[in-house]
Amino acid sequence: MTEPLLRTEGLTKHFKIGRATSRRTLHAVDDVSLAIGEREIVALAGESGSGKSTVARLLAKLYQPTAGEIYFQGKPLSAVRGRRAVLRYRGDAPMVFQDPFASINPVFRVSHGVMRCLKLHRPDLSPEQRRNEAERVFTAVGLTPASEVLQRFPHELSGGQRQRVGFAQALALRPKLILADEPVSMLDVSIRIGLLNVMATLRDTQGVSILYITHDIASARYVADRLIIMYAGHIAETGPTEEVLSRPRHPYTQLLLSAVPDPRAPLAVGAETDRGEPPRVIDPTPGCRFRWRCPLAIDECHHVTPPLRELLPQHSAGGRRDAGVPVRRRGSSRPGTAPRAAARGWAPRRRLPVIRSWT
Amino acid sequence: MPGDSSPLGSAAPASGTVLEVRDLSVEYLLERGTVLAVDQVSFDLSAGEFLGIVGESGCGKSTLLFAIAQLLVPPAEVTGGSVIFKGRNMVGLTDRELSAVRWRDLSVVMQSAMNALNPVKSIGAQYFDAMRAHGVASKGEIAERSSEVLKMVGIDPVHLKSYPHQLSGGMRQRAMIAMALLFTPDLVIMDEPTSALDVVAQRSLMVQIKELQEQLGFAIIFVTHDMSLVSHFSDRLMVMYGGLVAEFGATRQVFDNPLHPYSIGLLEAFPSIRGPRVPLTGIPGSPPNLANIPPGCRFAPRCPKVMARCEVEPPELYQMDGTLVRCFLHDGGGRADD
Amino acid sequence: MATTQTPPGAGDAGAGAAPGAGPFPQAGPAAAGLPLAGGGSVAGARSMRRMARAITANRKATVGTALLVLFIFIAAFPGLIAPYDPQAEIFPRSKGPSAAHWLGTTSFGQDMFSQVIWGARPVLLIAFGVGLLATIVAMLIGVAAAYLGGAADGTLNVITDVLLVIPLFPLLIIIGSYLHGAGTAVMIAVIAATGWSYTARQLRAQALSLRNRDFLNAAKVRGERPLYIICVEIIPTMTSLLVAAFLTNALYAVLFSSSLQFIGLGDPSVTSWGTMLYWAENNEAFQTGLPLWIIVPGLCIVLLGAAFALLNYAFDEIGNPALRPARSIRRGRAQRAR
Repeated sequence: MTEPLLRTEGLTKHFKIGRATSRRTLHAVDDVSLAIGEREIVALAGESGSGKSTVARLLAKLYQPTAGEIYFQGKPLSAVRGRRAVLRYRGDAPMVFQDPFASINPVFRVSHGVMRCLKLHRPDLSPEQRRNEAERVFTAVGLTPASEVLQRFPHELSGGQRQRVGFAQALALRPKLILADEPVSMLDVSIRIGLLNVMATLRDTQGVSILYITHDIASARYVADRLIIMYAGHIAETGPTEEVLSRPRHPYTQLLLSAVPDPRAPLAVGAETDRGEPPRVIDPTPGCRFRWRCPLAIDECHHVTPPLRELLPQHSAGGRRDAGVPVRRRGSSRPGTAPRAAARGWAPRRRLPVIRSWT
Repeated sequence: MPGDSSPLGSAAPASGTVLEVRDLSVEYLLERGTVLAVDQVSFDLSAGEFLGIVGESGCGKSTLLFAIAQLLVPPAEVTGGSVIFKGRNMVGLTDRELSAVRWRDLSVVMQSAMNALNPVKSIGAQYFDAMRAHGVASKGEIAERSSEVLKMVGIDPVHLKSYPHQLSGGMRQRAMIAMALLFTPDLVIMDEPTSALDVVAQRSLMVQIKELQEQLGFAIIFVTHDMSLVSHFSDRLMVMYGGLVAEFGATRQVFDNPLHPYSIGLLEAFPSIRGPRVPLTGIPGSPPNLANIPPGCRFAPRCPKVMARCEVEPPELYQMDGTLVRCFLHDGGGRADD
Repeated sequence: MATTQTPPGAGDAGAGAAPGAGPFPQAGPAAAGLPLAGGGSVAGARSMRRMARAITANRKATVGTALLVLFIFIAAFPGLIAPYDPQAEIFPRSKGPSAAHWLGTTSFGQDMFSQVIWGARPVLLIAFGVGLLATIVAMLIGVAAAYLGGAADGTLNVITDVLLVIPLFPLLIIIGSYLHGAGTAVMIAVIAATGWSYTARQLRAQALSLRNRDFLNAAKVRGERPLYIICVEIIPTMTSLLVAAFLTNALYAVLFSSSLQFIGLGDPSVTSWGTMLYWAENNEAFQTGLPLWIIVPGLCIVLLGAAFALLNYAFDEIGNPALRPARSIRRGRAQRAR
């Protein structure tokens, strides 16, 4: 198999919290291994606190990983040092931010950001060529007439237009991968579609891959080829979008799907006791991080952190039990083994599910 | 207010019309000119009814809400119409007269709890302030009621001692809703209370709100830009555009059979997680500049079904099978009379 | 900071929104409004016109600017206005106002009016000198502390705090008495060196609030160097606070330098308002029937200080519409009634 465009292995990021003397760490991202190929949009979905934004910032080199490695085009990111190399990487993997009102400097015209991008990353261009290039990227994202929009100030543009400016800035670098951190979350619903279409167009016509970070599964389905679901710093499930959404394996994915409001479907009234309280993962003990909210949690879930197992080709899930499908015994089983043994694919004994009540 | 059995209000729902809004108009008086934010909006609200108001940013829905709650500050001003709440016209009342009504009969839940809650006071202290301000003297009564409302929204009463920043986003919103219910008001106005929350928390909060409404019998006006959110909860739905009512009718009817091209466009702007994957277009263009209102229908520049008439003549609100719609495509049913 | 209600169509939702809607803080659908620091554009013909319009519209700005311009003119061209050499002790002593000497003469035989006119220059030099110097130092220290964070921030903070805590005027007296007659340049250096700490605190606070704004992260992610980010991205967005810092520092420079000169620590051979007060006091001006010798320079100091203070308030109001007097609403209504 060819080397994917971007690949992470065991990516981990911990933050120290509390006072200088405290030893508590916040486990924002733990052991995340994902891959993004060429010309594809991969959606990274999860609640707030799931670690998805942290993953984006790690990939954008805004944070340094605590452990694990990121490989871009086969080369490790930790080896990228020195201004020239870092600048080249930043040109290959730029980031688009969430807040259209805070991500553009209000003091300058909107041409400022694009021109700086071009000046830093494509110094071979003459000012005339830079101007043309700026107009080209603005047109590519749908901001027309480009020459006129370039002269405006940010407060004269709507939220949707500002987000397009963000994409235009990224496009000006001729990137291979755009890291889009919740680019449509702060926009009105009717404007989101426009921007999602821009993203799809960029993939199709410009050959750019996009890592689309979101908490909205419906928009992920609309635009993404593959879907990664994160929970509490771990990857819960990953696979082709249609596959994951039509046959979700992880209980968290099922919970997310049931919570998405769909006016066309009747209201599914289930056990509405899940409040949507995302966990703050501080100094976690071993065990599945979803166990407190999982309707299928068994005793083992409290002691052993389940690994990400491949259930079908390309479709992996991290839960201990497949929803509704009993897990068959595989060989001898020993309860309460260390996580490392679990990583070798040890399967639990067949038992009846214990329904936990939780409030 | 005189006539209440207890200072905390009763839980039995009143019958009849709770709110009558007639031809309400709100303008922003700026140096550059006036911006007509809300243009002659009228509707009635019955006791215990859930009314959803949807629209994009800038359509005037939040301004309408503030006008109803009499929370407008200069340069915004009510320039016409009336808001009759339980028989009294709220427009033009002094602060003193309003305070008798505020929170006891009408309360407001803001968009972001972090904006509405005092960050340096514990939740319990804020409930205490609210109740003291409305004449509940006994500390015991206050403590009991505070615990009661927190339990109603599913928060452990031990959190009365917590500060807002110690609670998660979802819990803060619930605490805000609990505060709004302290006196069991007849009308609760909510301005996008779930927009800062994630999908699961959002759904949980909506279900909770609906349960509380069925339990306590208050009417709700719920403003949001996300139509699908209210689709299962509201009784009637009002779609606003450019300061005007575009469509107004029973929720199910508006969803199953939208009449106004804007409503149709809004509904189609939602990607679905079930069913076939189809390319969507959203609604191209952007809302009108309300400082400089164009003649004719305000949606005409973006309307896929625009006719020549639409650009010169502004449409009135027409009746069509129980739904009100402001579009020449449906003017056969005659004008709506209010 | 509370969100002021953004008029629809004039804020973010309108593509054709009128420029000059800039001063309004923006509000996103899910976020609280964040005040835009320095909402104006970088200097250019357009911003000059906008500034001129803002000045004439705001009463405080008009009065403050008029006073300041008057004093600048006097300080720049004293020879055009003053009839005589201020130091010349050739006139009859201690005379009251007359046609030849508009304010009379001092007890040394100098023309008071010429003294007042020539006395403006050192005061304004000190005001602008300290204003500029102290603001630049405050900006460098404050912004660097905020952006660099960590140990650098800690050290700079300690230095700032030490200077803040020490009472400034006694410190200036001590330094002044060592310097035996501080001329203009020395005065500027001393006051600037001790007075930057107050505004450094303010600038650091604002820079801290800006630090995590996404546009700074965006600059970092596109590969800008930290020095570039500080100078080009952060500082221009703080222009309104920098202008306020300049005006604050200028005001205090005027007051402190005049006070120091009054108690005799300035250079008595320099003609300035403060030294006039010194000589007037030493020669018992009130008792000997020369009240103007004290009143006029004192009044000039007060007026110059007031000019700076008025401009400070005016800038606040121009930058944050919420602070503007509510008078404008009634004026607007009266205009519409015409």
